[in-house]
Amino acid sequence: MSETRTPQKSATIQEMSVEELRAMVGTGMEIVDAEEHMLLSMGPQHPSTHGVLRLLLELDGETVVNVAPDIGFLHTGIEKNMESKTYTKALVMTDRMDYLSPMSNNLGYVLAVEKLLGVEATPRAQAIRVVLTELARIASHLVWLGTAALDLAAMTVFLYCFREREYILDLFEMCSGQRMMVSYFRPGGLWRDVPEDFEPAVRRFLEFFPGRIADYEALLKENPIFLRRTKGVGVVSGEDAIAWGLTGPSLRASGVNWDIRKTQPYSGYEQYDFDVPLGTDGDVYARYRCRVQELWQSMRIIEQALDRLPDGPVSIDDRKIVPPPRSELGRSMEAVIHHFKLWTEGFNAPEGYVYQSIESPRGEFGCYLRGDGGPKPARVHFRAPSYVNLASLPNMARGGFVADLVAIIGSIDIILGEIDR
Amino acid sequence: MEFEQLVTNKIGENIPDAIEEVVEFRNERTLLIAPEKIKEVCRLLKTDNELAFNFLSDVCADDLLPDFPRFAVNYHLYSMPNNYRLRLRTLVEDPDAGPPTMGDLWPIATWLEMEVWDLMGVRFEGNTHLRRLFLPEDWQGHPLRKDYPLGYEEVQFSFNWEEIAARKPFAKE
Repeated sequence: MSETRTPQKSATIQEMSVEELRAMVGTGMEIVDAEEHMLLSMGPQHPSTHGVLRLLLELDGETVVNVAPDIGFLHTGIEKNMESKTYTKALVMTDRMDYLSPMSNNLGYVLAVEKLLGVEATPRAQAIRVVLTELARIASHLVWLGTAALDLAAMTVFLYCFREREYILDLFEMCSGQRMMVSYFRPGGLWRDVPEDFEPAVRRFLEFFPGRIADYEALLKENPIFLRRTKGVGVVSGEDAIAWGLTGPSLRASGVNWDIRKTQPYSGYEQYDFDVPLGTDGDVYARYRCRVQELWQSMRIIEQALDRLPDGPVSIDDRKIVPPPRSELGRSMEAVIHHFKLWTEGFNAPEGYVYQSIESPRGEFGCYLRGDGGPKPARVHFRAPSYVNLASLPNMARGGFVADLVAIIGSIDIILGEIDR
Repeated sequence: MEFEQLVTNKIGENIPDAIEEVVEFRNERTLLIAPEKIKEVCRLLKTDNELAFNFLSDVCADDLLPDFPRFAVNYHLYSMPNNYRLRLRTLVEDPDAGPPTMGDLWPIATWLEMEVWDLMGVRFEGNTHLRRLFLPEDWQGHPLRKDYPLGYEEVQFSFNWEEIAARKPFAKE
């Protein structure tokens, strides 16, 4: 379809009317007073927009009157592409959406496929999924903590956080062979069992990590500059947050107790004992507190899951869904047939539609899947938490300073790969 | 179980003929709603104190080509007080005159409908913010439709290099 695109002419800089500017950015934003106010484009190359987010700001001096997000710079058509791949092959595309916690995306998609097929993973697979998703949550929150603090000019936290995240990525590499684009969870279980060194390595992490959290806290929690920049900034009330679909730690910072791991448990979360950290103020600082406390809760979950990690297979015993192990291919003709069928055609999923939501580090990650009886999904749709959370940004930013806007963008923890998909 | 019954009863009492079909699949309940009743049903679900569907999780559209009506819009609702998920599904005959916007019930609907319009091309009546969101302003077509080709780059070999290069879209001045 590329011939239908006409390149825009922008060789010379020229004065533009507000109407022309509005048409160019296409935000449809209401401009309150074009005579008095300044329109300013922030991004897409702005360092604090966490990727390629562009914001059109309407400013009254230093005060933000209105914000219109302009997105789509990373749009890669993931939902469309998945429709042309088998259920197993489409999985790899989910890694590329929220690239800071690919495990959560894998889990959301895999659970939706399993729901459509009507199967459930084995207890061991479920427990390992929980361990890895919680590790991904810690890694994702660490990147958030580092970059959000970096936006407020706290350089040290960023370096510390990335050091610990590196350890978690090594753990991912240990089991999946990949640091980031893991594709480790498969419909019906896992790619393969975790290696023997995995459990001791995670326990080592659980030992040293509390001290590291103390380091981050020492740098930020009572830092007067950090407090001045975050307390009372970007306040959103609980009702507003629900109305605007805010989910995850950002919602809980406004005092709404809603965590999908508690209310509609999946993958065996009901067995684990953990608390849901809540804030009261709904400002940037409350969101920071919620996420840091979630680090502790994730560690609790990982510890419990490791303590009672069941033995047994990591994949279900259904050869129509999970390919046979390599060792059987030399002995059994049937195994060869299954192997061949699964890697050429894939498995057929029944007709029908399902929606599976999980609690990703950013909020409700939902996967809508429609099967048409064939080996490829007829429609895949993701409820990307970053995309929905971004809608709350104008509410939070109105009336604040431009400098506050930087803190607010950091605090809602958006990933542009997931917004644009 | 009781709550499911309550939802269907309340809709049946207040808005007769709204529910066309109740689908149970994998423990998920879908109500197929008559297109002209969808707004009333949503208003009831949102404002009724007992039902209290205060959270709109998602809006997404399906392209059912070659069936007619061709499009279906799904509303994934969630009731926080009752911890209950419900899907409303309604068929859209003409994508240019789609269902009414839910922006006045759940403000987030405006934002979710923008995505549906951009990628699937279903208009929502009353949503004044519909615009190209992910795709460039001048983009033609709606990529998630089934009749929209996936697209690929033609592979050039030495024998047809020039021929393909001539029609290949490059970045122009």
